[in-house]
Amino acid sequence: MSNFDLTGAVALVTGANGGIGSATVQALADAGARVIATDMPADAQIAGADSYRQLDVTDEAAWTALADHIAGSHGRLDILVNNAGISVTGSIAETSLATFRKCMAINVDGVFLGTKAMEDLLARSGADRKGGSSIINLSSVGGLRGAAYMSAYCASKGAVKLFTKSTALEYAALKKPIRANSVHPGGIDTNMMDTIYARYVETGLFADEATARATVAAGHAVGRMGTPDEIATGIVYLASPAASFMTGSELVIDGGMTAH
Amino acid sequence: MADRLEGRVALVSGALRGIGRAIAECLAADGATVILTDLDAEDSPAVAEALSEMRGSAYISLDATQEAAWQNARDRVEQDHGRLDILVNNVGADLTGKVQDLELAAWRRLTALNLDSVFLGTKTFQPLLARTGATTPYGSSIINISSIMGLVGMGEVSAYNASKGAVRLFTKSNAIEFADAGVPIRVNSVHPGFVETPLLWQGMDRWSKRDGTLTAQQLVDAMAQGTPVKRLAQPVEIGKVVAFLASDDASYMTGSEVVVDGGWTAR
Repeated sequence: MSNFDLTGAVALVTGANGGIGSATVQALADAGARVIATDMPADAQIAGADSYRQLDVTDEAAWTALADHIAGSHGRLDILVNNAGISVTGSIAETSLATFRKCMAINVDGVFLGTKAMEDLLARSGADRKGGSSIINLSSVGGLRGAAYMSAYCASKGAVKLFTKSTALEYAALKKPIRANSVHPGGIDTNMMDTIYARYVETGLFADEATARATVAAGHAVGRMGTPDEIATGIVYLASPAASFMTGSELVIDGGMTAH
Repeated sequence: MADRLEGRVALVSGALRGIGRAIAECLAADGATVILTDLDAEDSPAVAEALSEMRGSAYISLDATQEAAWQNARDRVEQDHGRLDILVNNVGADLTGKVQDLELAAWRRLTALNLDSVFLGTKTFQPLLARTGATTPYGSSIINISSIMGLVGMGEVSAYNASKGAVRLFTKSNAIEFADAGVPIRVNSVHPGFVETPLLWQGMDRWSKRDGTLTAQQLVDAMAQGTPVKRLAQPVEIGKVVAFLASDDASYMTGSEVVVDGGWTAR
């Protein structure tokens, strides 16, 4: 079945050291793509990755250098997964402007810079690939609904949602063969969620982390957290020719949380 | 991926033509045994032609607005296959015209076909889907075909808008109901944009005759031009989405809406 086959495609995944990022690298590789994994550490071993590069997604010069590197080493880029992101948990009153800006820089500037830096490569590769190239931006259910003590995070993820739609329309208008869609995970068992539970406890919202996790899990209609693999499969789908008519869409993978 | 639906049994309503046909073919291509249903008699040439295209498929003549017809289909699926993993409520029709000109009878016919059919299919097959879902890693999957017209309105499309909007929320309610009760069935809706199907051409022919100023071809061209990617979808581009939602790859998706519209509603 060639629907989901990514043989011959080159993919770039940011934030590849995290839960969803590493699962995405493996899933894209399983589907046949050569995957360039990036994250903040100088070096990292990420299963399934063809290569690893250090990348601070807020650094425009680093993005430009990476685009040059990929053009030289692979000659193409078919799939860009803007996955790098951080959470900020805390009341508005105690969130500093510096913290707010850091969240926006990583979660939103990172998507803007990645899209901008890779646009030419993606457009060139998309011209000879069924369904075109594909940008997949990681938003969140937090980009669809608000959550208390998550204002900076929700603002950033809402921005990603609409930036994605605007990107999709712009490339369609310019006849650039690049699709752009956002993915909206619910609560997924990752280090990021562990950080959020710990912050919930520090802010006094929950007595302990186990209670925080149980409460978050219960917020999903299916009554459980998701796994990183369950997001990665959705990303592979959007990356593949099977999604050839999807652009500007939101793929919500949340165990029914936002169906409420 | 060829075997990701191996051993699974799927039923698709409105499966002989257009989007339904493409859905059935995509599910079959992924290894599912597909039961096609439509209004055509079981000995019609269209049925023989469709079945010859899909290995291991079967056909049941079904008027999706009739509860007894659904119960008959369920009895046959139980007897012949003993399971149902995937239900695709695809059957539907269109209706255009000013509110002032819509007959209540036509409104009710459309609602019966686009909405009652989803209710009846879900209700009738829930027990079998639940039983089957208990035996697979991530449960059974219901996929309801709504439309971008279930998300945004359009002039002179009120009845269709209403029916497809209802499908969208019926889907979400089902998802929550089943999840709350621990019933292993995921439920999601798909929202195609304008897809090149016989139904689309028929609808545009009717619109053209009523309107009198534009030909069906001009109306279809305008739709393509009005879509950001400047083209209509092919039915297979919807079929592949359904195959994804039907598979274990979509194991954490329930109550979601998947929009496949070439950017129409991104604006």
